[in-house]
Amino acid sequence: MPTEKTTFTSLHTGGSMTQVPERQSRLSGFVKTLFGDRLSIALTLISVLIIYAFVPVIDWALIRAHWTVASPAECQSGGACWAFIGAKLRLILFGLYPPEEQWRAVIVIVLIMALVLLTLSPRFWGARLLLVWAAGIAVMLVLMGGGVMGLPPVPTSKWGGLPVTLLLAVLSLGLAFPFSVVLALGRRSAQPVTRGLSVLVIELVRGLPLVGLLFVAAILMPLFLPPDWNIDKLGRTLAALTIFAAAYLAEVIRGGLQGLPYGQTEAAQALGIPYWRTIWHIVLPQAIQKVIPPLTNTAIVMVKNTSLVLIVGVFDMLSAARSAATDPMWPAPSAEAYLFVAMIYFVICYGIAAYSRHIETDLTARSHS
Amino acid sequence: MTLAIDVSGLNKYYGNYHALRDVDFSVEERQRVVICGPSGSGKSTLIRCLNRLERHDGGRICIGGIELGDNLRDLDAVRREAGMVFQHFNLFPHMTVLENCVMPQVLSRKTARRDAVERAHAYLERVHILDQATKYPGQLSGGQQQRVAIARALCMQPRIMLFDEPTSALDPEMIREVLDTMVDLAEGGMTMVVVTHEMGFARQVADLVVYMEAGEIVEIAPPDRFFDAPQDERSRRFLSKLVTA
Ligand SMILES: Nc1ncnc2c1ncn2[C@@H]1O[C@H](COP(=O)(O)OP(=O)(O)OP(=O)(O)O)[C@@H](O)[C@H]1O
Ligand SMILES: [Mg+2]
Repeated sequence: MPTEKTTFTSLHTGGSMTQVPERQSRLSGFVKTLFGDRLSIALTLISVLIIYAFVPVIDWALIRAHWTVASPAECQSGGACWAFIGAKLRLILFGLYPPEEQWRAVIVIVLIMALVLLTLSPRFWGARLLLVWAAGIAVMLVLMGGGVMGLPPVPTSKWGGLPVTLLLAVLSLGLAFPFSVVLALGRRSAQPVTRGLSVLVIELVRGLPLVGLLFVAAILMPLFLPPDWNIDKLGRTLAALTIFAAAYLAEVIRGGLQGLPYGQTEAAQALGIPYWRTIWHIVLPQAIQKVIPPLTNTAIVMVKNTSLVLIVGVFDMLSAARSAATDPMWPAPSAEAYLFVAMIYFVICYGIAAYSRHIETDLTARSHS
Repeated sequence: MTLAIDVSGLNKYYGNYHALRDVDFSVEERQRVVICGPSGSGKSTLIRCLNRLERHDGGRICIGGIELGDNLRDLDAVRREAGMVFQHFNLFPHMTVLENCVMPQVLSRKTARRDAVERAHAYLERVHILDQATKYPGQLSGGQQQRVAIARALCMQPRIMLFDEPTSALDPEMIREVLDTMVDLAEGGMTMVVVTHEMGFARQVADLVVYMEAGEIVEIAPPDRFFDAPQDERSRRFLSKLVTA
């Protein structure tokens, strides 16, 4: 119990909280956050400047923007031309895919999103989910390609836009995963040949730029393969992305394996659990839990890396947007086209990041009561 | 009657280091053997050779009549025969207590899940920890975790249980609950090999005490003779240190 005197002094020296109405004290707290010390003042000023710099952008993007126009010429008067996106939406989203067949591409997008949503819940993780994915991918490829069940065939050279971006991202990451696990295990193997081979593959692929790898796969490979080996260009591009992702994922997963106590595999051995089941049920779940942040990072980078395929002439969403922006009918709408595509990429990548945060809090809740 | 464990002329090297020297030792069925000795004497190495967590370099190891070698089917049979409990529990932290007991059965014996769950319940009950079945290992005390580890090993229905210092990583107040579980197991007739420094436990349940030093077995004797009238000079020195410590 404090004495009369100390209570009295504390009231005067700054402990005036009790007497000031709460609204005012919160306001003064706010002011203190903004201008409390020199660093805060500097940061506040910088923020104000940044916001000020954005005023013209907001003016362009929202206030003077054209949302609907009767003819493209109306867009000439400055301001963002969002009407262009509306007019070119199909081209950006589906590329050169035949318009009357685009419902198939829509189903593919919906399927991918449904599968991703299903995969979000750890409850469904397991071998069965892998089967569902394999079946889903098969259905998607059939839908996109057609040629069976009365669906008119659409060659992969006509595939384009968002389905291609999503398929490349999901397939390259999904196919890379088993390879990366094998590479990561190989790199930690006691056998020198296995270890050397894994190190070689990982370091070789990591040492090459992705663009180079894409060139080799899309342009050089057909020159070396026998002519009747007609592997599709989209398929070769996917192979390059997969190899690239596998090398990076392998290093991430190796980090997780290193943090795993040796006792875990020993306990599994003593219980008689076979090697690959130990890897799948005991080792990987724990290794992956430890490396969720870098894993997320790799996934996001790979989603964005798919846009590099435009260099070898694969028509992903970014290429589609670029070609949409070259329409001479419209006055230079490339900023709008790129912004629209950027927004879609942002939604996907931010979604991955938000999900990984959610999973991580879920997992930490387990280990501490 | 075949011996539960029959080891003869066992040698083990770590590089140039001679960790086990001509070890001969056998355990009859339903016998309880306590292994003790100073740190680095090779106790863990010996017990880990028994289920081939370490490969031996010379000599014979037979578990339940099966000789340990490079044959994988035999190795699997031996691991079926012998359960192991570790100093640091080695529970699987990403599974609940119940799953820790269920999954190994499903993964290594292909037991039907329903039977596995039933058995897990029975053994968790037996080590008095069924009420914690839905928790994760990280949420339990050390003593509780070690009892789960014992239940997990028992779920595989081994005929031999190997313990490597099961109480050394525990806070003193938790040692009793684990030892009680082990005494209970011994009274149920389980064949047990226990590396431990708990001499009270050795006196209470052991049929034989094995004393090791520098990779050799120095003395094998029933506990009362070992503690009250050790034959070897080295055992006497070890015991006198224990008393003064
Ligand atoms: N993997 C290994 N590599 C090299 N040397 C090892 C290895 N494991 C054990 N040793 C050595 O072998 C000897 C016996 O080790 P072991 O673990 O069997 O001793 P211990 O009797 O169990 O000791 P403690 O009471 O400390 O557990 C020690 O000198 C140790 O340094
Ligand atoms: Mg030891």
